[in-house]
Amino acid sequence: MTSDTGATTGASGTSLTWNVSSDISQVLSFHFMVNAVRAGTIIAVAAAVIGWFMVLRRQSFVGHTLALVAFPGASGAILLGVSATFGYFGFCIAAALLIATAPHSQGDIRFSEESAVIGTVQAFALACGFLFVSLYKGFLDGITGLLFGSFLGITDYQVITLLIVALGAVAVLAVIGRPLFFASIDPAVAAARGVPVRTLSGIFLLLLGVAAAEVSQITGALLVFALLVMPAAAAEQLTARPALSLALSVGIGLAVTWLGLGIAYFSVYPVGFFVTTFGFVFYVTAAAVRRSADRLGRRPNRSGIPVTT
Amino acid sequence: MSVLAAHLASGDPIAGIGHMLALPFEVRAYVAGTLIAAAAGLVGYFVVLRSQVFTGDALSHVAFTGALAALAAGIDLRVGLFAACVIFGVAISALGRAGRPDDIVIGNVFAWILGLGALFLTVYTTGASGTAGGNNAGSGVNVLFGSIFGLTNGQTTTAAVIAAGVIVAVVAIARPLMFASIDAVVAAARGLPVRALGTGFLILAGITAGEATQAVGALLILGLLATPAATAQRLTTRPFRALWASAGIAVASIWIGLAISYASSSVPPSFAILAVSTGMYVVTLTATTVTSRRLSSVPGYQGER
Repeated sequence: MTSDTGATTGASGTSLTWNVSSDISQVLSFHFMVNAVRAGTIIAVAAAVIGWFMVLRRQSFVGHTLALVAFPGASGAILLGVSATFGYFGFCIAAALLIATAPHSQGDIRFSEESAVIGTVQAFALACGFLFVSLYKGFLDGITGLLFGSFLGITDYQVITLLIVALGAVAVLAVIGRPLFFASIDPAVAAARGVPVRTLSGIFLLLLGVAAAEVSQITGALLVFALLVMPAAAAEQLTARPALSLALSVGIGLAVTWLGLGIAYFSVYPVGFFVTTFGFVFYVTAAAVRRSADRLGRRPNRSGIPVTT
Repeated sequence: MSVLAAHLASGDPIAGIGHMLALPFEVRAYVAGTLIAAAAGLVGYFVVLRSQVFTGDALSHVAFTGALAALAAGIDLRVGLFAACVIFGVAISALGRAGRPDDIVIGNVFAWILGLGALFLTVYTTGASGTAGGNNAGSGVNVLFGSIFGLTNGQTTTAAVIAAGVIVAVVAIARPLMFASIDAVVAAARGLPVRALGTGFLILAGITAGEATQAVGALLILGLLATPAATAQRLTTRPFRALWASAGIAVASIWIGLAISYASSSVPPSFAILAVSTGMYVVTLTATTVTSRRLSSVPGYQGER
């Protein structure tokens, strides 16, 4: 891991022109940028698919927490002198298991202990990350790199690891996709039909942890959440048909990542800013399109998913 | 290792505490920390009760962006901190029906706000380097993870006064807010201004987030909001008792945490505070799980109500 904050990305002596194809070939003439685009593509697809289920299940708080856990993972691994990749996956998967066993609300119905536990896991994990950073003297410059991401210095080995893990995660999701969809839409009926709702939700949390660990290697721990939630939320606004909205989510994820990487290459500002901004633009546009479509009455009613306005 | 540790080792913690409180920055940390923790404990109980932990999470990241925006613009960090948190609180309550917008809306908004924070951090660390030197990256980290020992006299006074104001406000609206949080429909039928209470509460939560950022840092706010509340709820199911317990637990976390980080200088105070509050929850969770298991094996036991 290099500890570049992204502040020097514009230093390669290049500039943005109006000729898009020459810009693209310029970006891809460096091996590190090719690797960044490869890694970004893998991550965008995995995050969009897993994030789509996260949005469907309304588990964005868990997703965000798992994403932040990547920070102590990476800093702890660096402190111990092992590869940051192990730290990312180890911590995110451990946190997913911890949250899966969190006590479900008992006693008072309104008081959600589960959410408080998730919040506790999140805050304590970040505090641990801070402890690791302070114990590892001289690492302070790298802290913003871990938190806000850096697409520089992604090695071939990292790209292959990302690819294998992403393929594994998407394959598992493909296997459990149908029952998970059923269990997400209507847990009570699914449980009555014999779908193992609890097990599925545990497996999904693990997948979410894996996705968070993957994404944080490029966007940084703080901005993972953008790639998980934004494409899926935008797609959900545009269509209620599951397959189409899943495909849209992947498409938006790819567009956001590619645009973000491309612009960040020519700019001194961090890649995370561009990725989140493009994602947010997509989401706001999608929401506006849906609003106006609803107002024109062209789509009388969407699915059974509750609409909040 | 330091003086307190030596005193603890020699079996004289009182003298160690005396030494600790002879240091002005420790006293400031204790004064500000106590009031901030009490405010966070009270607000945090309602945050969890109203299922708004995710909003609290969002606030913590908004706090970061606000502070960094102020730094990048060259004004007092706290102006941006409070402005961002309060504006976000108002916006969130305006966006959602009955002050409770969808998770996905909150998630999208704050993910983008955090991206803006990354931008301001870069602007600040690269743009202002001519005037402030290498300290700039450090202030970004301070906003994220807190620097309670770095409070100046003036900052302590402001933080303490604002925290005291929040405590008074929460106590003043505690009864109607409790009613509105537990059963909004019935509360509205009884003529309570449920919506206004929700907005007012989110503003208080925003101010608390700004305060807590100065104590434990923007990223660790949830450790003072959600964790003491969860512990308190485990100890008692009676709402008001849990509310006071939550404040007490938050204050205890700060006190013990500050002492630990004084005793062992390599442990940052933010981590020590969070470790104590998390530790208390884990102990309470274990204890209550064991008790309820033992009770549920008693024939005829219907559960604690």
